[in-house]
Amino acid sequence: MTAPLTARDRLALQWVGMVERWNSLPRASRLLIVLLLALLFYALPLLRPPILTTQQTDFGGIMFSSAALALVAVGLNIVIGYAGLLDLGYIGFYLVGAYTTGVLTSEHWHWPFFLVLPVAIAVTMLSGVLLGAPTLRVRGDYLAIVTLGFGEIIRLIVTNVEWLGAARGIKDIPHPPTIGPDPKPPFGEGGLFTIPHLSWNGLIPSLDENRGTRFLVFGAADAIPYYWLILTVLILVLVADKLVKNSRVGRAWEATREDEDAAELMGVPTFRFKLLAFAMGAAVGGLSGALFASSQGGYINPLSFPLLLSILFVAAVIVGGAGNRWGAVLGGVLVAYLPERFREFADFRLLVFGLALMILPVYRPQGLLPPARTIRARVAEREIELLEGGEDTGPTDDGLDGPEGPDGFGRTNSTGKVG
Amino acid sequence: MDFDFLINNFVGLTVTGLALGAIYALVALGYTMVYGVLQLINFAHSEVFMYGTFAVAWVFVFFHGKQADTQGLGSALPLLAVSLVAAMLLSAAIALLLERVAYRPVLKRNAPRLMALISAIGASFVLAEVMGLRNRFAGWFGLDDDLDNYVAKARDVYSNPVTIQPEGLFSIGDYAVKDVDVLVLGAALLMMVALDQFVRRTRFGRGIRAVAQDPESAALMGVNSTRVVQVTFLIGGLMAGAAATLYMIKIGATRQNAGFILGVKAFTAAVLGGIGNLRGALLGGLLLGVMENYGSALFGSEWKDVVAFVLLILILLVRPSGLLGESLGKARA
Repeated sequence: MTAPLTARDRLALQWVGMVERWNSLPRASRLLIVLLLALLFYALPLLRPPILTTQQTDFGGIMFSSAALALVAVGLNIVIGYAGLLDLGYIGFYLVGAYTTGVLTSEHWHWPFFLVLPVAIAVTMLSGVLLGAPTLRVRGDYLAIVTLGFGEIIRLIVTNVEWLGAARGIKDIPHPPTIGPDPKPPFGEGGLFTIPHLSWNGLIPSLDENRGTRFLVFGAADAIPYYWLILTVLILVLVADKLVKNSRVGRAWEATREDEDAAELMGVPTFRFKLLAFAMGAAVGGLSGALFASSQGGYINPLSFPLLLSILFVAAVIVGGAGNRWGAVLGGVLVAYLPERFREFADFRLLVFGLALMILPVYRPQGLLPPARTIRARVAEREIELLEGGEDTGPTDDGLDGPEGPDGFGRTNSTGKVG
Repeated sequence: MDFDFLINNFVGLTVTGLALGAIYALVALGYTMVYGVLQLINFAHSEVFMYGTFAVAWVFVFFHGKQADTQGLGSALPLLAVSLVAAMLLSAAIALLLERVAYRPVLKRNAPRLMALISAIGASFVLAEVMGLRNRFAGWFGLDDDLDNYVAKARDVYSNPVTIQPEGLFSIGDYAVKDVDVLVLGAALLMMVALDQFVRRTRFGRGIRAVAQDPESAALMGVNSTRVVQVTFLIGGLMAGAAATLYMIKIGATRQNAGFILGVKAFTAAVLGGIGNLRGALLGGLLLGVMENYGSALFGSEWKDVVAFVLLILILLVRPSGLLGESLGKARA
């Protein structure tokens, strides 16, 4: 017998055990813990905890962009993680949502924000269906390049069409409506009341007299209300995501992802479900785009949507662990937050980020938080291997080699060579 | 829609389009070879190309100096030959490094294919940033003054000091075909044919095709699959280096992010022709280059890329696995 389960397998099992124990807690206490956690996250930009807080850039702003990227990642996770469709042009949907908002609230019409939000989602969903209907018939990596092309086409259209603002972009996109009286500078702060921030002297917190957030003014001065808004949206989307994933639709996606032909044979209309995943992912992308457009700056232009950002979205999902919604959240937050936190490295942060992307696959080939099902399957595979004798598994250096994969690359063959 | 312009300049648009397409095709080979063998999108291949363009400019700065100059193709030919060698060597070295550092460790762990893509994206960032920060790295060793000509303003456009002036070689109708375009097209075709014959006829080429078809069986038959993957990257790098030289002859300037959009185009070309298919890459590249030129003549140059991607989507609708649509593994000996 080779060594029993490796340390990493045991750790993974412990994690799965923790998840299971969590699931077996009484409903009430689970709800309570979740509420407390949510409250903590709402309060985070006010608490300004040391170490976490970014010194050189506005912490509320960073929290906003982290939550925004987490929202994007959750949406993209439906497409990549659940349905297994590699979408490199997700930025296209983000852009459609943002521009729908811009055109309807500022450029040509002046609709109120909360009326535009569902319209933006609907338009984006429609664009997802329009793109998906012809292209989802191509498989795998062809889809990747088609979506990449789509993202670029959309960007070039808004760059060149005068009606959409062309290169100058769209400005003065209205903020969401303020709760309470409107701010009237310089004296009327607006909103209902002020929530003070904390400031830290070493580890001793104190109330900061000079800084506070007016509840609830969406203005250019303070990013925290936007953070609260997007966090609320994120929580709603996560709940919806959980419901969909656990339904028949979620199972159909999983079947399609694992083996399209087998799923089709079992009576899953794979094309329709892939299209649904595309449309739902697009809807979330459009939603986050709309929120982005009406955020602090109230200004969008084609340069806000480079193709490279699309790649970052994909990176966020996969780094977190494709297929796990919490992984997507974590990935989104990390990809947005880390480069800002380490602004001291300023010019070197993209380099460091790239290095991190290179190192991660070696140590966490399944992403930071792989879906529990993947972990269990991997451990089960290893247990079966051990039961079968296990001598032929060779030097299992890291315990991650499943049974011989379909590829078998990277194993050198000592018997001979060509050439 | 400017049909008159298109018709009046048809020959010129076709010839320059073919030359541009030949460069796409050479870069597309790198994508298509790696895809054929590993079924992976080699996202960092655009950076391999970008390093090649810098190698060309550096060779010219080294032998010619920094002062701007305009030369015909003939007088620049010796330096171009040197820079071709330098670019091919540098690109090949980068491609091999990429395989060793970004791919092999990931694939060895049987990571999902998407994870290898992430590693490649990371490598792409790292390579582009290293080039963009080269003045800092030189500064760490106190070399930034000595190397000023090579590293200063690392994030800006870096031009070849010698501008290569195209001259008419012969004419088709009213249009004088430029020697530069002929050279680019000819060199690219030559290299393509050589590679195609290498993969089809040599023993090693058979190994590559075997691994592309079925890596497990190939390994059982005594093919060293690690070596095959290495050679695949090496060939991709060599071709990207050649493409970089041709690109610098035509465009004359590069920068640290020059690879990205060209990489996307080249990958499009590879998919257009049928990814994993060498002749498909050539066909896809040439078609893409020509269509882009026609498209920008018809709709204006700002719609050039839209034409390229719409063409891609249309072709994939009709032929879902590209024009020639057969994989590297299925090619007959």
